[in-house]
Amino acid sequence: MSGVLVVVEQRAGRIARIGWEAAAAAQHLGVQLGAPLSAAIVGADTESLASEIAARTLEKVTRVEHPLLAQYTADGFIIALQQLIQAEQPGYVVFPHSYQVRDYAPALAARFGQVLIGDVVAISAAEGVAGPIFTRQLLQGRLNGDYRHSGSGPCFVSVQAGAFRAEALSQAVASAPITTSTPAIEPAQIRTRPSEPFRAGSQTVDLGSAQLIVSVGRGIKDADNIPIVQELATALGAELAASRPICDNGWLPMERQVGSSGQTVSPKLYLAIGISGAIQHLVGMKGSQCVVAINKDPDAPIFEIADYGIAGDLFEVVPALTAAVKAAKQ
Amino acid sequence: MKIIVAIKQVPERDAQVRIAPSGKWIQEFDLQYALNESDAYALEEALQLKEKSGAASSEVIVVSAGPERIGTTIREALAKGADRAIQIACDDLGARDALGVARLLAAAVKPENPDLILTGLQSEDLGLGQTGVIVAELLGLPHATLILHVEKTESGVTVKRELEEGWFQTIELPTPAVLTIQSGGNKLRYATLMGIKRAKNKEVRQLTAAELGGDSAPLVLLEHVSMPQKKKSTQMLSGTAQEAAAALVEKLKFEARVL
Repeated sequence: MSGVLVVVEQRAGRIARIGWEAAAAAQHLGVQLGAPLSAAIVGADTESLASEIAARTLEKVTRVEHPLLAQYTADGFIIALQQLIQAEQPGYVVFPHSYQVRDYAPALAARFGQVLIGDVVAISAAEGVAGPIFTRQLLQGRLNGDYRHSGSGPCFVSVQAGAFRAEALSQAVASAPITTSTPAIEPAQIRTRPSEPFRAGSQTVDLGSAQLIVSVGRGIKDADNIPIVQELATALGAELAASRPICDNGWLPMERQVGSSGQTVSPKLYLAIGISGAIQHLVGMKGSQCVVAINKDPDAPIFEIADYGIAGDLFEVVPALTAAVKAAKQ
Repeated sequence: MKIIVAIKQVPERDAQVRIAPSGKWIQEFDLQYALNESDAYALEEALQLKEKSGAASSEVIVVSAGPERIGTTIREALAKGADRAIQIACDDLGARDALGVARLLAAAVKPENPDLILTGLQSEDLGLGQTGVIVAELLGLPHATLILHVEKTESGVTVKRELEEGWFQTIELPTPAVLTIQSGGNKLRYATLMGIKRAKNKEVRQLTAAELGGDSAPLVLLEHVSMPQKKKSTQMLSGTAQEAAAALVEKLKFEARVL
């Protein structure tokens, strides 16, 4: 048992950014352990993707290739990766914490009698502690937890989007060797039949190019209170957006949702109103130039990434802010 | 159709987070607890599937593991319309890893031979998002995650799965199967007075973790918790709402220069 294996993810024939981030995390772990880094890419046509990965600083790249892996299924990926891990015997297997990985990696780990340490934001070492320490967020980002893997057998880890820098895994002088492994999979072993991905309806709101965004969360309490934030957005000339629960409740249309399942935005100004700042929301707006948070809970995680914060009752602060914005524009 | 819904009781969202003297979890004595949100959507989906099927034999059974206090959450699920419940007494739920918890649930639901097992996609406290997927693996069943909608077909179910960045796909699965449910697919119902009354007479089968044979040592250990460090230096603006709002507009105009 040695070595760190990263399973790089592709989306629509390209290496996903989160895949490079996982590779950077795996390299970080390899350096800490003094263990070699290898990578795997799974699919039906992985030749060019494998060459792209092999150009980075790692020991080798394995193409796990089979026609039945053309489209992602949990069954297909679990069978294929189980065979690869049995053959390669890595000490650690690192994944990006993507929707796809969340769908299969817990079962893959369980097949080895192991438990995935998922959604990791940091990997560190501490004196007197055997093995790496993996930090995850608990209670919707309001608490950090340090986890350790005990026992033998491979340790499975997935890393959160944005926690490691995709560019950290540098280009190599010479390309790493590429091998192809063809897993044994029978069509009958794949029990689910997925369709091609589709988008729901037409996207008429493009939050991605908005310069000013007023975004509202659970703190607004009721659909009847939405006009309070709409008035602020109008005064600022900003787009109105929301965190997931607001769209789940039907208070604003789904197309105004910011976060991992909605749109990713990077405006000049992002005003988060009554949004606590769960990671699923933060990944959608972390790229904003200036973040303002208004929340009654001074310990809300949103304040950790805000440039300016007002810890107060939004039902008082927002109307006051609307008035101040109007006054400033006159 | 027989549907199992695995639910979890979690601390209320706005509960105060104070680290316990052990340094391994938060202080629990003054916490309020609630049904995990995506589990509430899983229950709603199950109740709607039962109602649509119309068959008298259709049944929704909730299962939950934890200390005695989870009884209130189980009663809430029964009041909303679940037919009966299985309560697994387990005082050290937080010390078990995802595999340990999934083993308990799998052992408890296996004798029921359900057509579907639903659960929320992840808990709001530990956020592991693994339990449903591991239960499927342990029971040898197909699964799908992040599901917004379930439709019964002749041989199984067709589900709508959420992907990243506003994309979706449909998946056909044979039953029995395990599905983890994303929030937002349905409108949640409230318990009616009649429902609350009826819940009192519904069966809650009591099991213990020990009799389910789920006492193996965890492989992944939560050793230490801490409050997150601020990454940015946030300027907090104080005063009355008017003062803070005026100060913010000044800062945005002349310091951040974004207005």
